[in-house]
Amino acid sequence: MLAILVTAVVAFLFYLLLTLGSGSVGEWSATELITGAVLSLIAGLIAGRVVFSKKERSGKSHYRMLNPLRWLTFLVYLIGPFFFAMARANLDVAYRVITGRIRPGIVRLSPGLSTDLGITLLANSITLTPGTLSVDVDEGTGDLFVHWINVKDTEPTCEAVCGSFPKWARRIAE
Amino acid sequence: MGGLIYVLFGISVVFNGLGVIALIRFPDVYTRLHGATKCTTFGSIFTALGIIAYGFARGGAAHETLAIHTIVALVALLVTNPTGSHAIARAAHRSGVKPKGAVVDRLEGRS
Repeated sequence: MLAILVTAVVAFLFYLLLTLGSGSVGEWSATELITGAVLSLIAGLIAGRVVFSKKERSGKSHYRMLNPLRWLTFLVYLIGPFFFAMARANLDVAYRVITGRIRPGIVRLSPGLSTDLGITLLANSITLTPGTLSVDVDEGTGDLFVHWINVKDTEPTCEAVCGSFPKWARRIAE
Repeated sequence: MGGLIYVLFGISVVFNGLGVIALIRFPDVYTRLHGATKCTTFGSIFTALGIIAYGFARGGAAHETLAIHTIVALVALLVTNPTGSHAIARAAHRSGVKPKGAVVDRLEGRS
């Protein structure tokens, strides 16, 4: 419950930042304030359980994502290693599109992350990188099933498929 | 500045074009998802960067608002695209579509 409220408040503050200078109530128009409040509450209801809580098996909430340093790390990760890996993988897939040399398959990865947010972040990073696509997750162990366009090894380590992503996901979300 | 914007748009057109070719060339739903969602995302990121550069280069309140809104759209794109392609892939596997020509399928027989 507290997790939902905290998420809603953070979302509302972000909405206020985006609509700064829109009207006469303080700096905002009444319409924007009401819309923002309703939307943040919906966002809190949907995302509250993911952003501020641990996996179901322990069930406890934590608030370490309120630490701005983690968001700064996230930004550094997006602009630096993630964008670089994405550009390199795009060129690789472009080569495969033109030549048609593919060796597809679904492999199992054990990143060893323990929070929902960490696994979500890693799965999204893997899917955004061309050549790898997360298909499913084992909820119990946190293992990911990844469709890989060029299987080099049927029992790959995490580093072989997604490089330094798990290390960054741990730094940001755990 | 104008040259930079043209380069950004050029890269985006090349990658979006590759996405279309991938959709035609690749054999099944999973490999097509690689081309059709990833190449086009990379292309669209560069379209957005081009618009952001244009907005800040032109200056003025209206163009800067355009640039800031495009940054928000870029973040939304980065969050929703992997979620969407993951949903398509998972639904395909659950409804029994086998990856064509796969050398290994660790997910087979589960779920």
